[in-house]
Amino acid sequence: MMKKRIQIILRGIFKENPAFVLLLGMCPTLATTSSAINGLSMGLATTFTLMLSNLTISLISKLIPNKVRIPSYIIIIASFVTVIDLLMAGFLPDIHSQLGIFIPLITVNCIVFARAESFASKNGALDSISDGLGIGLGFTLALTALGFVRELLGAYSIFGYKLNGITFLESLPSDGIIIFILAPGAFIALAYLIVLFNMLKNKLIKNN
Amino acid sequence: MAKESSFKNMVITLLVITLISSALLGGVYELTKDAIAAVKIRKINNGISNVLPAFDNNPSENVHKKFIDGDTVYVYTATKDEKIVGSAVQTFTNTGYGGKIVMMVGFLTNGEINKIDVISHSETPGLGDKIEPKKTDFNVQFNGKNPKDYKLAIRKEGGDVDAMSGSTVSSKAFCDAVARAYKVFREDIMKDQGKWDDVSGATQQKK
Repeated sequence: MMKKRIQIILRGIFKENPAFVLLLGMCPTLATTSSAINGLSMGLATTFTLMLSNLTISLISKLIPNKVRIPSYIIIIASFVTVIDLLMAGFLPDIHSQLGIFIPLITVNCIVFARAESFASKNGALDSISDGLGIGLGFTLALTALGFVRELLGAYSIFGYKLNGITFLESLPSDGIIIFILAPGAFIALAYLIVLFNMLKNKLIKNN
Repeated sequence: MAKESSFKNMVITLLVITLISSALLGGVYELTKDAIAAVKIRKINNGISNVLPAFDNNPSENVHKKFIDGDTVYVYTATKDEKIVGSAVQTFTNTGYGGKIVMMVGFLTNGEINKIDVISHSETPGLGDKIEPKKTDFNVQFNGKNPKDYKLAIRKEGGDVDAMSGSTVSSKAFCDAVARAYKVFREDIMKDQGKWDDVSGATQQKK
């Protein structure tokens, strides 16, 4: 049983990575990753929502009549997201003001809803939590990696620490390649990361 | 398998789920209410202390609100040892390149601009975002100027402000926000403090 759950978690991170493989939740992926720390916080907030909503939905899905299951899921997900939103506003105000509108928008993140509908409503509680954790960590990994690359190229800094002495190429702008902080840079960086991720993933799968 | 989708079942299910959700949200709201209020006050006080000399009162307790051009301008008056040190005016403009810009402008009692801080904006990174005080000197040129004899418009339009190169729209929006702050400050605050005559000929004309 333990082995199966670890497999579920790993599947969420690699084989079915929501941002790099399933290409779900692209809106927050592109919009909140202007720095690594923003990507990380957004990913963790989503992970938390996924675990809670997966757990709750797996527990009560048998009690919900089929025709009202979608409104029920939406209420459950929206409630958890609001809880997280309020907690962050109170206790992590800096990150909260950075992520802004994208915290309440986790409600309509299709990853959360897809996991509720396709996994949690058909599986047991522990499997569903594992699935939420795996998918959430996969999403966090993707967002952090994307934020890391964009921050590094766009602002020459790593997790907020400015790198000094980037002078190896005279033709580079002195305080960052701005396009990587802007929206087009998100698409460019994401495309290369998807290629890289899938190359690595295929290699790993072949070796096993 | 799931319960039968009869009308009664559906109504009861949704009712129970919404009841539990609202109870949960109510609980969390109560739990975080004080923390969120404290964060808000801290943010405003930080904004005020960024643009005014040291003060020892709690300016967010005594706010003057003025509805102008479709939004609200807030004036926080700071005192030290019961003496007014200046007013921080939270002002805005809707003409930024990326839309709305919210700023805090600190005025000393004689109307002189002490410092300006940008609270929120959506200007282009690398161009218009140079309105932020930590990024360039554009913002700093306002410090110590009194709008009474310092025209809040860019040079191209006959004012006294050096625009940022490549960001004329943001520069103009910035001036617009400061001018709005000054207008409210002059008309509502300086008048109350009896400084109206020093600043403008308006009262003299009335006499």
